[in-house]
Amino acid sequence: MFFACIFVPDFPVEAIQRSEPKLRLQAVAILDGKVPLQKVFAQNEKARRGGVEPGIAKLEVEACGNIVLRSRSQLQEDLAHAALLDCAQSFSPRVEDIGCDTILIDLAGLESLFGPLPKIARDLARRASDLGLESNVAVASNPGTAVIAARGFSGVTFIPQGTESEQLGGLPIEVLFEAGQSLQIYDHSQQAEQILETLNRWGIRNLRSLAALPEVALSERLGQQGVRLQKLARGETFRTLKPVEPLLIFEEAIELEHPLVLLEPLAFLLGRLLEQLCARLNARALATQELRLKLELDSSCRDEETEQRFSGVSEGSRIFERILHLPVPLLDAKLFLKLIQLDLNAHPPGGPILKIHLRAEPVRPRAAQGGLFLPPSPEPEKLELTLARIAGIVGEDKFGSPALLDTYRANGFRMQRFVPDSHESLKNKSSDENNTAVTALRIFRPPMPVTVTLRDGSPAWIACHKRSEIQGEILWSAGPWRSSGDWWERESWSRDEWDIAVQAETEITLYRLVHDLLDGRWFVEGMYD
Amino acid sequence: MSLSPICTQFEMDRSSTFTFKKLPQLERFSALPKLAGITSASRLAARPALEMVSSGIHELDLVTGGIPRGCITEVCGAASSGRTSLLLSVLAASTQRNEVCALVDVTDALDPVSAQSAGVNFEKLLWVRCGSSPHKNSLSARNSCETKKDRFGRQSEGPVEQAVRVTDLLLQSGGFGLVIIDLGDVPVKLARRIPLTSWFRFQRAVENTPTVLFLITSVPCVQTCASLQLKLRASGKKLSAINCQLSAGSRDQEQSIPSHSLLLDGLQVEGELLRSRMERKPVQSVTRFSTKAVRAG
Repeated sequence: MFFACIFVPDFPVEAIQRSEPKLRLQAVAILDGKVPLQKVFAQNEKARRGGVEPGIAKLEVEACGNIVLRSRSQLQEDLAHAALLDCAQSFSPRVEDIGCDTILIDLAGLESLFGPLPKIARDLARRASDLGLESNVAVASNPGTAVIAARGFSGVTFIPQGTESEQLGGLPIEVLFEAGQSLQIYDHSQQAEQILETLNRWGIRNLRSLAALPEVALSERLGQQGVRLQKLARGETFRTLKPVEPLLIFEEAIELEHPLVLLEPLAFLLGRLLEQLCARLNARALATQELRLKLELDSSCRDEETEQRFSGVSEGSRIFERILHLPVPLLDAKLFLKLIQLDLNAHPPGGPILKIHLRAEPVRPRAAQGGLFLPPSPEPEKLELTLARIAGIVGEDKFGSPALLDTYRANGFRMQRFVPDSHESLKNKSSDENNTAVTALRIFRPPMPVTVTLRDGSPAWIACHKRSEIQGEILWSAGPWRSSGDWWERESWSRDEWDIAVQAETEITLYRLVHDLLDGRWFVEGMYD
Repeated sequence: MSLSPICTQFEMDRSSTFTFKKLPQLERFSALPKLAGITSASRLAARPALEMVSSGIHELDLVTGGIPRGCITEVCGAASSGRTSLLLSVLAASTQRNEVCALVDVTDALDPVSAQSAGVNFEKLLWVRCGSSPHKNSLSARNSCETKKDRFGRQSEGPVEQAVRVTDLLLQSGGFGLVIIDLGDVPVKLARRIPLTSWFRFQRAVENTPTVLFLITSVPCVQTCASLQLKLRASGKKLSAINCQLSAGSRDQEQSIPSHSLLLDGLQVEGELLRSRMERKPVQSVTRFSTKAVRAG
């Protein structure tokens, strides 16, 4: 049985670099503490080479030269940790979370799925890198050895069974104590410091020296803690894994140092967050059907114009939220970005943005097989983008599929979201019915108010101010057809309908004339065509 | 196969068979580096036969052979000439073939009740109702087809411009079996203001695709881009018959009021084929079909 350990060195720095990838090329130091007493909490390798050490003050770091300083972000560390868990879960469900920067994975049975163990280790490192985390991966026959190797060796390490002591021997003794903290060997850190000090006094500098000490003598001097450490150094410990089941929450966030006013720079940040989100979903073989964008706004900077233009933010609230519903499960960061951009163009946030929060509701990916003989149908991804663009042109409520309502009221229909069903419709009519066209009505929206002269109770003359062609003697009329409804509600209606023929310039035109019995007005509702 | 007289010449040899030999000019032209790789018109691949689909009206299909896929079909006619009846018939036939259809309704004139009576499957129909501006505080251009400016000085698009943009998006998106542009109530001057380049672009977009681009207008405005062009007019026979009936029965008050079905059932529509680029030339270019009333009066 083998175990893999993923360890992210300089985790606070990696978490920040994950949200700002351009910092990977620079020396970065993370500050922690209250202003102005901030001290260095973590730094990357370049900053370490530049002389930055943990615990030094901000002023001292600034004297070191070209060091990028960032405040410690608990939010980014939590998100990076969640991404690390996703990376591990994408390989095996048996995963133990032993620290914010360290994950243990049980590799039992994975060889038949993913190949030999060294390959699995390399794949793990690559997957973590895809998720924005540069990590060390070690595979060993027991969890303790895997953790020590991941902390001690950079890159990917594979330790064959029986060579643990030999492989770990050259590592400094400090690595053992750091790993011991992750594996919870000591009751408290003070105890660890005492043991480390003792070993230093004895001249024990690496694991080989510790492993070579006589076990009984070590037990007499350091107690059971010392024996456990020695077994760890020899690679002889074994513990059962405590698997965790992380919740399927996929969210990414970023806090901005300076508020964002324009939507264009926001797109860059959203693109990065969406890529991270999609990479995490992809690692878990999931897709999403709902995206929630939350923007924390700086309410103090809202001016009159924004107050007037944007009504998306309620008074006193600083959260602007948009929810994107997708018709089918999708996983395409570029498509999501375009959809969010189009949505934000239609509904801009009402002030400068301080924090961006994105959340994706995970669903199983779409499993569909296209048929050779199916009629043409738009691709869901392209269709969604097209519909979003159409919404930007004609408005959100002005497109979709009509659905008739159970009423005789005029315009008794509603618009519903257009989701073409790929299944064959059962509403096919026989070919005989197909070959007869109906006399269709073209609706005037809104109806044309007209002046009507009656003769013997029937319309005889019509005049419309808006359309000159609806004017003249009514050649003949059919009707009235009286209908009414909703009398039990405030919006009751009652009307008489007439079908009339009016002589146009050369030909006769047929209209539907309506007399509203409640307010006495006449109007032309449509034209038969 | 037609051969250019510049390139070849025919000669009658002694055995009375036609032979042709290359002229020296051809050899000289083909040797030019600028003309290398250019295929002569005589060697171009033959255009594949167009796939035709039913319009849903048998009489019309007999004349036109159906509606061609990958082409623009334009139907023009005056008010009450049966354009919308044909539109709904084509739409119903397409949705019943389980194709996804889009209707770009420039004047927001579709009556869903008529559409359902015609047999349109709404689940397959994307109805885009042009005419309203998506931006708040901007002028609604619903009643007018012209482009206007709102009070902030921004130019709000008119329904025709919206329709052109939406059609562009739909055609580029692909996958639609039928895209309809309803310019039926748009004033002639505005419909003709749509640049010819837009129609050429649409033609290129649907070419070699299974999409039918169907258009109804008051007057022909697609010009040469339309592969099939029909003109509809209401046949006066039915209306004249009612008129005569009413005149004859004017003494009897009850008979003088026609019913809804009498007025709207069996209206004759005359369709004339103005342009067709199909291989098969029609035997006749005029046909008639009748429509039925949505409801019995």
